[in-house]
Amino acid sequence: MDRRDFLKTVAITGAALSIQHSEAMEILTQSINNTNGGNPDLVAVMGGEPEAMFRRAISELGGMKQFVKPGQKVVVKPNIGWDKVPELAGNTNPQLIAEIVKQCFAAGAKEVTVFDHTCDDWQKCYKNSGIEAAAKAAGAKVMPAHLESYYKPVNLPKGQKMKKAKIHEAILNCDVWINVPILKNHGGANLTISMKNHMGIVWDRGFFHQNDLQQCIADICTLEKKAVLNVVDAYRIMKTNGPRGRSASDVVLAKGLFISPDIVAVDTAAAKFFNQVREMPLDTVGHLAKGEALKIGTMNIDTLNVKRIKM
Amino acid sequence: MLRRLRIGISALLFVLISFFFLDFAEILPNSFHRLAHLQFVPAILSLSIGILLFLIVLTLLFGRVYCSTICPMGILQDIIARISKATGKKKKRYSYSPAKNKLRWGVLGLTVIGFLCGFTFIVGLLDPYSAYGRVVVHIFKPIYMLGNNLLESLFSKFDNYTFYQVDTSVLSISSLLIAVITLAVIFVMAWKHGRAWCNTICPVGTLLGLLSRFSLFKVRIDTAKCNGCGLCATKCKASCINSKEHAIDYSRCVDCFDCLGACKQKALVYNPSLKKQQANVEAPAPSLSDTNSSKRRFLVAGLVTAGAAPKLLSQAQESVARLEGKKAYKKENPITPPGSVSQKHFQQQCTSCHLCVSKCPSHVLKPAFMEYGLAGMMQPTVSFEKGFCNFDCTVCGDVCPNGAILPISVEQKHLTQMGYVVFIKENCIVYTDETSCGACSEHCPTQAVAMVPYKDGLTIPHVNKEICVGCGGCEYVCPARPFRAIYIEGNPVQKEAKPFKENEEHKMEIDDFGF
Repeated sequence: MDRRDFLKTVAITGAALSIQHSEAMEILTQSINNTNGGNPDLVAVMGGEPEAMFRRAISELGGMKQFVKPGQKVVVKPNIGWDKVPELAGNTNPQLIAEIVKQCFAAGAKEVTVFDHTCDDWQKCYKNSGIEAAAKAAGAKVMPAHLESYYKPVNLPKGQKMKKAKIHEAILNCDVWINVPILKNHGGANLTISMKNHMGIVWDRGFFHQNDLQQCIADICTLEKKAVLNVVDAYRIMKTNGPRGRSASDVVLAKGLFISPDIVAVDTAAAKFFNQVREMPLDTVGHLAKGEALKIGTMNIDTLNVKRIKM
Repeated sequence: MLRRLRIGISALLFVLISFFFLDFAEILPNSFHRLAHLQFVPAILSLSIGILLFLIVLTLLFGRVYCSTICPMGILQDIIARISKATGKKKKRYSYSPAKNKLRWGVLGLTVIGFLCGFTFIVGLLDPYSAYGRVVVHIFKPIYMLGNNLLESLFSKFDNYTFYQVDTSVLSISSLLIAVITLAVIFVMAWKHGRAWCNTICPVGTLLGLLSRFSLFKVRIDTAKCNGCGLCATKCKASCINSKEHAIDYSRCVDCFDCLGACKQKALVYNPSLKKQQANVEAPAPSLSDTNSSKRRFLVAGLVTAGAAPKLLSQAQESVARLEGKKAYKKENPITPPGSVSQKHFQQQCTSCHLCVSKCPSHVLKPAFMEYGLAGMMQPTVSFEKGFCNFDCTVCGDVCPNGAILPISVEQKHLTQMGYVVFIKENCIVYTDETSCGACSEHCPTQAVAMVPYKDGLTIPHVNKEICVGCGGCEYVCPARPFRAIYIEGNPVQKEAKPFKENEEHKMEIDDFGF
């Protein structure tokens, strides 16, 4: 029995057990990774275009079918926080989003929804980021997130400071979601990557800032419905004046991409990558260590099976 | 034929301008703001000589066509009168009434004097275009948006996001009240007396009436054919046909042409005949309509009570915060929209049509209550409660028909300082709680608020007023309560901000992962 057949068998068994028990399946697929030792825990790619880097990275992880099953409702959550064009690196790369959406459909997704709780006017952000057009062209639905009525309360029993939050209904109603941040400097949190990108699924961001921003970022990542995959867009990175940036001189064309189901690991990798551009000690990016303390992932990427690819 | 033409044009203009005010989704392109620029009072205030000449020549040629086809408030009254006619049990009949000259000239005089003394409030209150704008923005638009939200909830049940929800909360209680009272007065007057408003109160009507006496084309009574039946007078919304005397008061005729078809003798014609046929009937000024003072008192009392309860609560919170060493602040000057030159210029020019309030995509323009004083009630002020001014947006200046907010380019906008940033360290989360924040700097487009090293890896805001444009991103998002740690102080005269210094650009080659 080769790996593919084994996977199929496991998938069918999982589906047969219960379609709603997606966690059961996750455990099963993880056990394959461990027993096979085949798929890496984290893939780092550099030197290519966003789509090509993602295609390469996801195939290293065993393809999108590892994460998205036929008939599932999928959410792809980019960072669309700012009224900025792609060249200014304020938002996730639209080509990357389009490629992920396409791969979700290719893996059999029933529908793919894209949204973000923006900081600037949401319509301008959706439009000028290029993400709305790219996502729609790839067949995704683009959903608004600008009013409280789109958010529903959820408890966070494992959170330290933040015990509950209002989460966007797209996340709550989907089967799986994929977190697609962009790597940027951040005036308050020092870096914004996958963990910080969770603030875009929450209504009340003020609460984070009022109650220890770094701890609350870690707390929101204890959400029971975790992203099945984190894809860090480091094609263009904002080295200074983030997360909004002022001009093109804040941006570096770094051509990187980091992908992993482990959110702390992928953020640690991206943070180390960022340190080549500008010094940013990892202990000042406090939510990484706080996330590790809450057992949502590991900062110790040396213990992981990391696949590095230069294109 | 003439009547149909009038109805056709007026319906088209009315629908377009009303929809432009309602349209939050930018279905109509922004260039439709020209419909507002065509209005009389805005044309005077913005000194649009071309438009003004056009309107004057139009009136001198054809009479008060402005009132019948261009003025949205006039058309609204026609619609109300028509509904009244269609639904009334008795057959609706107008009758001649003498001109109320003292009243209308009094109102016009008061408006002009008020304006010259810098009290633009009266022009703003009575200008039919501005009054109509407020009725749409404060009464019709919320209804339109509620309809949208209803559709949204239906469509989103089927995962269709063509519609999106919009915020329908009240923008300003005082402006809403004024809009409701305006609409109520217009409704009652139009329901009972057709165009009585236009010929007794409206300063534009009175002014154009002065010109229309001398217009070339007029509705004229052919005394040879007229048998004095008075049918035409029963159709006249302006109550300006004195059929007994075979005379028409041209200062009040709004050229609706309803009378032309009504005359069975075909004695009424609209032509440029030079025969002088004027009638001017003086009449004593009528008493002002009674306002129910007890109702007014009830409203005021109710509002005061409703307003006081939350205020008391917040006062309690504030005094606790003061004990903790946090600082209260009060803004010295209100903020006027970007491109409004100065508070003085803005207040002189703005008639509060609220087109900018309706069109502002960031919802930062709010009708003032007492921020500008009594004279500036309803004039828009920049408030960062619901959002902040988009760095690249110039919509308010583009749409303003009065020249109160001058149109500016995006480059000019980037350097227009409507206010400047003030930071209160004692209220800042980084200082009080010693935790990360940076929300203000996050939103700052020029980095006039930048995060600098503080202690233990924390960063704290540092402000540079010179490069600040006063967009209010920092104030809007600052999470410190009850007193914010950062706010925008208005510039009574808008300044030019210094352009921010670009980072030095050095090419960076990254050829490794760093781990």
